[in-house]
Order: sequence, then C-alpha cells, then structure tokens
Amino acid sequence: MDSAHSSRDAGQVKLPRAIKILVAGGFGAGKTTLVGTVSEIEPLRTEETLTNRGVGVDDLSGVETKQTTTVAMDFGRITIGDDYRLYLFGTPGQERFWFLWDELALGALGAVVLADTRRLADCFPSLDYFERRETPFIVAVNCFDGARRYDLDEVRLGLTLHPDIPIVLCDARERESGKEVLITLVEHAMKMRLGTAPAAGNTAPAT
Amino acid sequence: MSPFEEHPETQWVGEEAGPIVRPYVLTRGRTEPTRGRFDLITLAVTVRSASPRESGLDPECLAIVRFCRQPQSVAEIAAHMNLPAGTIRVLLSDLLDQGFIALQEPHSETDMHDESLYRAVLDGLRAL
Ligand SMILES: Nc1nc2c(ncn2[C@@H]2O[C@H](COP(=O)(O)OP(=O)(O)OP(=O)(O)O)[C@@H](O)[C@H]2O)c(=O)[nH]1
Ligand SMILES: [Mg+2]
Repeated sequence: MDSAHSSRDAGQVKLPRAIKILVAGGFGAGKTTLVGTVSEIEPLRTEETLTNRGVGVDDLSGVETKQTTTVAMDFGRITIGDDYRLYLFGTPGQERFWFLWDELALGALGAVVLADTRRLADCFPSLDYFERRETPFIVAVNCFDGARRYDLDEVRLGLTLHPDIPIVLCDARERESGKEVLITLVEHAMKMRLGTAPAAGNTAPAT
Repeated sequence: MSPFEEHPETQWVGEEAGPIVRPYVLTRGRTEPTRGRFDLITLAVTVRSASPRESGLDPECLAIVRFCRQPQSVAEIAAHMNLPAGTIRVLLSDLLDQGFIALQEPHSETDMHDESLYRAVLDGLRAL
C-alpha cells in the first residue's frame, strides 16, 4: 500500500527486492527449459558450493563431518516494475544431495516441482524435501511427447500428494504455460503464508 | 567478451594447477566473506566508482564495480565473471568494506508474509 516507505536505500540508489523461486525435479524433467521460457534473459549458469555444516558426526573418529558439494545451477530473471526482481533457479537433479539444499531454499518464495510422467518417482526426493521444510510448492506435470497422457488425479495419487497442493499440466517450452505455472505457485504460497486466496478485487474472474 | 580487458584470465590458470587456482588466488585463500549475508539473490550496487589507477583494486574487483552500476545479484555477478558464487561473495565483502558497493541483504523467511509482495508479483506475472 504505502510504497513510499522503503528501507532499502543504498545511499541514493533504491534497490529492488529480490525474490527467489526454485524449479526442482528429476534429471531431464525440463527445469532449464522452464527457467528459459519465462526468463527475460538467456538463462545464466552459476556454480555454488553447498555445505552441510556439522550435521553428522563421524561415528568412528568422532570428527564432525562437513559435507560439501559443488552444484551448477541455471537461473533466469523476471523484473517486476521497479520494486521486485524474481530469480528462478533450476536446482540440480542430484537428489542425494537434497540435504544441502537448505542454503538454496532459505528465503525462497516457493518451489515448482517438475514431474515427468515417464519417471514419476524421480521427483519424490524434491517433494519430500519441500514438504518437510514447509516450503510452499506446486507440482507441474511436464507433458513430454510420446508419454502416456495421465489424468491429473492419477498423478496426484501416484505422488501421494496432499489435497491442498496444486498440480497442473504444463509444457515447459511454452511461455504461457510457464507463466501459468508461476502464477499458480505464487497464489499457493500466498494462501499458505497469509491464509488468504488472492481475492477477486481487480483481477479477472476465474473461469 | 571478457570483463577483464587489461588482465586476460588465462594468466591465472596454470596448466597443472587447473582452474581452481584462480578463485583461490583472487580471494587469497579465503572462502568466507568477512561480513554481510550473501545469498545468491543478494543484490549489489556500486555507490562509488573506481578508476583503475587510484583504487588499487584487482581487475576482477574493478570489473565487479563496473558491472554493478546497475544492481546485480550475486548469481548474476558470478555468471558474468565466470567465477564461483563463493569467490564473488568474498570479493563483494571486500568491496563493501572499502565503500565501493552497497548491498541489499536478503530478507528472512518471516518477511515472506507481506501481502503487497504477492499482489505485485501476481500482477507482474499476469502482465508478462
Ligand atoms: N515435449 C516436451 N519436451 C520438453 C519439455 N520440457 C523440456 N523438454 C525437453 O526435454 C529435454 C530436457 O529438458 P531440460 O530443460 O534440459 O531438463 P533439465 O531438467 O534442465 O535437465 P537436467 O538439468 O539435465 O537435469 C530437452 O531436450 C527439452 O527440450 C516439455 O514440456 N515437452
Ligand atoms: Mg538443466
């Protein structure tokens, strides 16, 4: 409401607020494609070292084990006026490192879990992770050519998804479809965090 | 197009040692920034321009100062400089100490309860 009050002044420069959205899913599920279709820039790549600080202690030596892995992530950007910048990160498919994702997930608005119906089980670790972490997420079922067409309810059952978690069909190569996926996520995150659905207000009525 | 006009990156990469040497040398072995929280989406912006002669900055730091005339995230700086995000964090914390850049530190998860944020993002996405 009062956008005049801004504490984000860097001297004379006002910085937008950066928002992070994660795009997760199994190997080849379409993460990079989705990031690329909605991004205003060509997807960029960054390398990040993730550390799991002193969680396990080595049984034999009693030495604290610090697990570290380096992951490459694709990311894209969507500028929203002067005030917000959305960054989308395609998080790596190395699911056995899910416990290192905390640094990535911290402060994220939410996550999109891409499900490939040819390999549904590949997205289980992502689902488990975001469920446990209580990061708002939705499932987007990527419709690959040649894959058997699934009914969304069928997929929901297959994933044992909580009824509150939205599930949508998408084609990660289509911009409109990518937009819909993101809108569904933001609406869901809003509902989860604020307990309010995005009220009709000035937006078009749902069909 | 390399951001280092005066300092080609090949100089840093020893044939034996491999590319890991360069980030290590750049940060003088430091892996943690001295201050500031640096998420991948932490935004940096240049608040004092640096000329190569007076500033005494490394070419990489000069390149960051130049690149951040427009606000850039840690991830974007890392991609632009072709360096790991961890290296960029250390360099940014030096530049912060020296007053060349300002940071927008990331908001905590509890700050995700701002309704106007969701409305603005939804409107922005619908208008894409
Ligand atoms: N038919 C169809 N093909 C798709 C879709 N999304 C992605 N693809 C194709 O699937 C392949 C893999 O997509 P990527 O976006 O690279 O998948 P990824 O999840 O980033 O893969 P990794 O990073 O290797 O795990 C590419 O050849 C895409 O063109 C989709 O919605 N429909
Ligand atoms: Mg990819």
